[in-house]
Amino acid sequence: MDLYEYQGRELFARHGLPVLDGGVATTPEEARAIAERLGGRVVVKAQVKTGGRGKAGGVKLAEDAGEAQARAADILGMDIKGHTVGKVMLTVTADIAEEYYFSYLLDRANRTFLCIASVAGGMDIEQVAAETPDRVAKISIDANQGVDGSKAREIVAAARFPADVADQVEAIAVGLWQAFKAEDATLVEVNPLARTSDGTVLCLDAKVTLDGNADFRHPDHAGFEDTAAVDPLEQRATEKDLNYVKLDGSVGVIGNGAGLVMSTLDVVAYAGEEYGGVRPANFLDIGGGASASVMANGLEIVLSDPSVRSVFVNVFGGITACDEVANGIVHALELLAERGEEVTKPLVVRLDGNNAEEGRRILDGAGNPLIIRVDTMDGAARRAAELAAV
Amino acid sequence: MAIWLTKDSKVIVQGMTGSEGSKHTRRMLRAGTNVVGGVNPRKAGQQVDFDGVSVPVFGSVAEAMSATDADVTVIFVPPQFTRDAVGEAIDAGIGLAVVITEGIPVHDTAAFWAHAVATGNRTRIIGPNCPGIASPGAANAGIIPADITGPGRIGLVSKSGTLTYQMMYELSDIGFSTCVGIGGDPVIGTTHIDALAAFEADPETDAIVMIGEIGGDAEERAAEFLEANVRKPVVAYIAGFTAPPGKTMGHAGAIISGSSGTAEAKKVALEAAGVRVGKTPSETARLMRDLMTHQPPGSS
Repeated sequence: MDLYEYQGRELFARHGLPVLDGGVATTPEEARAIAERLGGRVVVKAQVKTGGRGKAGGVKLAEDAGEAQARAADILGMDIKGHTVGKVMLTVTADIAEEYYFSYLLDRANRTFLCIASVAGGMDIEQVAAETPDRVAKISIDANQGVDGSKAREIVAAARFPADVADQVEAIAVGLWQAFKAEDATLVEVNPLARTSDGTVLCLDAKVTLDGNADFRHPDHAGFEDTAAVDPLEQRATEKDLNYVKLDGSVGVIGNGAGLVMSTLDVVAYAGEEYGGVRPANFLDIGGGASASVMANGLEIVLSDPSVRSVFVNVFGGITACDEVANGIVHALELLAERGEEVTKPLVVRLDGNNAEEGRRILDGAGNPLIIRVDTMDGAARRAAELAAV
Repeated sequence: MAIWLTKDSKVIVQGMTGSEGSKHTRRMLRAGTNVVGGVNPRKAGQQVDFDGVSVPVFGSVAEAMSATDADVTVIFVPPQFTRDAVGEAIDAGIGLAVVITEGIPVHDTAAFWAHAVATGNRTRIIGPNCPGIASPGAANAGIIPADITGPGRIGLVSKSGTLTYQMMYELSDIGFSTCVGIGGDPVIGTTHIDALAAFEADPETDAIVMIGEIGGDAEERAAEFLEANVRKPVVAYIAGFTAPPGKTMGHAGAIISGSSGTAEAKKVALEAAGVRVGKTPSETARLMRDLMTHQPPGSS
């Protein structure tokens, strides 16, 4: 889960990292109250999970509380790259003398963690790395040894931080690592890490990604979830414990296993090229079990998407036998009818693998004209695309 | 003789007495796997009956190894206990640890991987979040259905479970030496490259199918490795061409970050290395079938 800047800032503050005093507001009036508390000049920043908000006009200075209210009114509701601004963060201003960059992240290729640090901060670090690679230090971090004082000194030396800020940056390096580890983050990025004109080093931005797999030991992380910004179908799917991602096409997809479902989306998109660019409407992995109730929940979510015109159920019976899956589909349609949600869209079903023959016989025996059986994945994708195109 | 798992492998199961563990232990036994014990400190000394086969429960991996000479462990313990379970297997020095558990925090995986490296890499780790490894007709360590295919001369390495089953099924008439599901997490033990190197060296493998998906750059690195080190014919399949950036597609590691980790980039890298990449699983199977039927083994 990616956090908003204000959430990242709160997380940093909780771990004792130096951040600017501030607050978050959802209305111009709240923004005014925060600005009054902070006193004097403030920065009003749109809270969106995308870059380039400064260029889009989502970051403004305000001289006093009245102006802060007006700027908040301008920014709230603004659209930045398809993200509607629902919150603004206000902080006191800082007199910045120098901007640095500092991050910890997961290094998939080396199966460990990485620190990236640079004295050239405030801009896109990938660009700095491409143009002046010698100004970007990359230091591998051992997952079990972490960052202690001596590792922090190694980082500060490698990135060539100025001597007069070395102690402060070392302390931040250690504190940020502790936050990264304690919160089960996969990314903490501070850009800029700034030195003010009075020589203080502060975290002026906070980009944080948390590992959802670690939620079991962080009950407080649920509070970071922005349910208002989540697609309503995705939200409902999450409540039903389904692995669903909303996409922009018209063929609903249900399958078992993440890889097979991803592959199904691709095969639908290829087949859809023949039918004027028909595309998949969603990703939905119902897992290995594929029981009737899970299938019913899945179908309910997919069919409630108004852009869905046909559904492709693609199941390979591995651990689960296809006859169970077929019974699951038939019962799911009955369950939906009982819930008063009569299915009216065609279901193209492809069953293969363990007990496929028996599964197909059950589907045929159900005598439901909406169930269309096609026995190959490519053929079924073509049929589903064709039905969505009509 | 296959890779890493043979009919001589002696397998223990960590978490054997749990619901998933016991279900799959029964399946592994039925597939002919020599399951010699389970591990559960609270049930040490007990025997568990699987359709007439009595399997002893030991208090630790080390105890199980000294009593049975086990050389493979399959781990089914819940995510919150997996780091310690894998750590125990590493400390006991077992040769192969297959981590089936899904949903392990990546800090935990990074921690047990760092521990494995720091202690000299004595234990090969497969997974986590994987279906395991199967050498058809010989042994099965994990949850791969044993009856999809019989033994043969294709090696398979894949990030995805169900795509592994699909490919085994499509090519079941030819058969497989070993099928390895390396898992879909961002940090995994055994990589595509490890499996490719082992298949290249395995005299019972003639050709290799490699299945990848969006996220990270493991496939790109595998392409480089293939070009320099693998002489056996390889076909590949990549899933996730239609996946949008920034969304996790089921597997924790299946996410396009910015412009990196796309299916297209992986396909381009593999094709540049001379690997034929199928557009769909069926087409990939067809490419392999053509290779196996029109090209005598070893003539590439």
